[in-house]
Amino acid sequence: MATQFVIDGLKAEIEGKEILKGINLEIKGGEIHAIMGPNGTGKSTLASALMGHPKYEVTEGSATLDGEDLLEMEVDERARAGLFLAMQYPSEIPGVTNSDFLRSAINARREEGSEISLIKFIRQMEGKMKELEMNPEFAHRYLNEGFSGGEKKRNEILQMMLLDPKIVVLDEIDSGLDIDALRIVANGVNAMRNEDRGFLIITHYQRLLNYITPDFVHVMMQGRIVKSGGPELAQRLENEGYDWVKEELGIVDETVGQA
Amino acid sequence: MSTQLTTPTDRGSAEALARSKGEPEWLVALRGEAAELAGTIEWPKPEKVRIERWNLTAVGSYAASTPAGSLTELPSVVQELVSEGTENLIVQRNSGTAWRQLSAELAAKGVIFTDLETACKEHSELVQPHLFQAVKKDEDKLTALNAALWNGGVFVYVPKNVEVELPLQSILFNDNADATFAPHILIVADSNSRVTYVDCVVTDNSAVSSPFVHPSVVEVFVKPGALVRFGSVHSMGESGVDMTLRRAVVENDGRVEWIIGDLNDGNTLSDTKSIMKGQGSTSDVKVISVGKNAQQMSLTTQAVHFGKSSDSNMITRAVMKDSASAIINGITKIEHGATKANGVQTEKVLMLSSKARGDANPILLIDEDDVTAGHAASVGQVNPEQVYYLMSRGISKSDAERLIIHGFLAPVVSEISVEAVRTQLQRLLERKLEG
Ligand SMILES: Nc1ncnc2c1ncn2[C@@H]1O[C@H](COP(=O)(O)OP(=O)(O)O)[C@@H](O)[C@H]1O
Ligand SMILES: [Mg+2]
Repeated sequence: MATQFVIDGLKAEIEGKEILKGINLEIKGGEIHAIMGPNGTGKSTLASALMGHPKYEVTEGSATLDGEDLLEMEVDERARAGLFLAMQYPSEIPGVTNSDFLRSAINARREEGSEISLIKFIRQMEGKMKELEMNPEFAHRYLNEGFSGGEKKRNEILQMMLLDPKIVVLDEIDSGLDIDALRIVANGVNAMRNEDRGFLIITHYQRLLNYITPDFVHVMMQGRIVKSGGPELAQRLENEGYDWVKEELGIVDETVGQA
Repeated sequence: MSTQLTTPTDRGSAEALARSKGEPEWLVALRGEAAELAGTIEWPKPEKVRIERWNLTAVGSYAASTPAGSLTELPSVVQELVSEGTENLIVQRNSGTAWRQLSAELAAKGVIFTDLETACKEHSELVQPHLFQAVKKDEDKLTALNAALWNGGVFVYVPKNVEVELPLQSILFNDNADATFAPHILIVADSNSRVTYVDCVVTDNSAVSSPFVHPSVVEVFVKPGALVRFGSVHSMGESGVDMTLRRAVVENDGRVEWIIGDLNDGNTLSDTKSIMKGQGSTSDVKVISVGKNAQQMSLTTQAVHFGKSSDSNMITRAVMKDSASAIINGITKIEHGATKANGVQTEKVLMLSSKARGDANPILLIDEDDVTAGHAASVGQVNPEQVYYLMSRGISKSDAERLIIHGFLAPVVSEISVEAVRTQLQRLLERKLEG
């Protein structure tokens, strides 16, 4: 069955403040969707609510992956069901090496007794690190500890590549990347593009979309998707900014949840 | 039945027991004096831990032990601790020595590795000038009690310029709560020698359920230019109280390295101190601890600098589960005249439950201007953001927490250079973290 990810009427709050005000979105395997929007409009909240961050409470709506109710699942179950979120601010975990972490994540998807062999794991990891032009030393570094912003982003993509998810959400994967790193990360994403995998790319710049061409572009404001279109919408936002969207829709303050 | 504290520590019975074991007169006298002291002086008073509320009376009575015919006669908890292929091993069972082995090669080099009781008889000239010199018998009730009662024990002597490659190992265990279990470990490393000593102190939990006390003292003498690595993992049963004082006196350019695993299931008082007497003397201390249930612990590391250009580093990391509590003290003292000395310390506690308690008390006492010193301390819970991040990769909550806990301890464990200690520590850590 082709991958199908459906978000329907999703509302979510943090600390009692409603941030998501009813999100509807459908992503099929093979499609790339981009969500664009200025800061503070609820993009990361959408990503976190989908992944199940404990601080965010979903109050209404649903999210299903291939018919399975994601919102009923624990965070780790959502991941194993095929959801992957490259986070805007990945955590640092001292004392846990990147490779031990990656291996645990891979083995979490396997039955007890059929864990990946060390040799095979190392071969896979090193291969992907090479594609991402990562220094092999990063395998032995503690997870994200002391990584620069760009190194953290590459490490997120490394995880995506090794975990082979069905739905990939990339939250501001392009922030903090120089143009070379941006190209490498985009190549990584493009290499993962296939019929079974859907992408949701969250960004507030258009530049990443020069490297990864989206099929659909959505604009988020005030915790809602206020406009959708094709790649040309991203181009127009790049050229003209967001003001015309606000004018068109009569929005004065595009942010949400700020007193 | 546990014997009351007053019984075994009166002068008469302490002396009588010493004589009956054929101990030399100087030792009989020392025990007699210590026994008398033990009846009058106070228990040590560690910060914020009321040890007088612990059951400290169950010191038991002396039980003569018979040497084992072979290692296979020992309980399996002991057998699995024996390092593979070791030729240098001492095993203490309750009040006495059950096994003793030293390679012919080391013996030929003049290395002495035997139980302390035997050493007092056969090597008085080496033992007497050192025994109860780093730790004085009249410091408090604990030191007096150990002086009066100590049994079995370990003595290590490494002659000048001799380097002992492989670790000397001892295993000290009890399987009878009524027997006095009070080891004393004495290590003398002569000038420019090197030695690694590793021990495990454990309880055969299948045989011990009533209260016992383990009053233990370690003294290490590091002569000029010598290096002593001392690794010790304590993993005694829940019904026990472990009170262990460790102290090293380090002379010019000597170095001591302590690696301590405080992994008992019962209440624990652990105090590890390096006295850097000599110029250029150095000390490194690593303490790892895990507390669970309602366990209480007082974990102290101390560095005292007398020598110019002396250097010390102390690290304690503790994981507290359930309603366990640990008071962790780090004391760096730099005496007047110890110019160019450097002392640093770090204490970190990770608490896994809201009922767990951890206090870190770093103390710097500095009586000299021309020095460097530093400390860092932190106490915290497992960070939910970290758990979320790991879970978002498919890792279960319990595995995520396990990774974070291991990660908390790993930077210290992975730096342990003595493989035998690292492996044993890792295994006993695992047992305690899972259990
Ligand atoms: N951890 C948080 N605590 C409190 N409020 C938050 C938190 N995260 C987000 N918010 C609120 O949600 C709004 C949207 O934030 P976010 O989803 O991060 O926006 P974006 O990713 O579009 O920049 C913010 O303006 C803020 O009011
Ligand atoms: Mg954001």
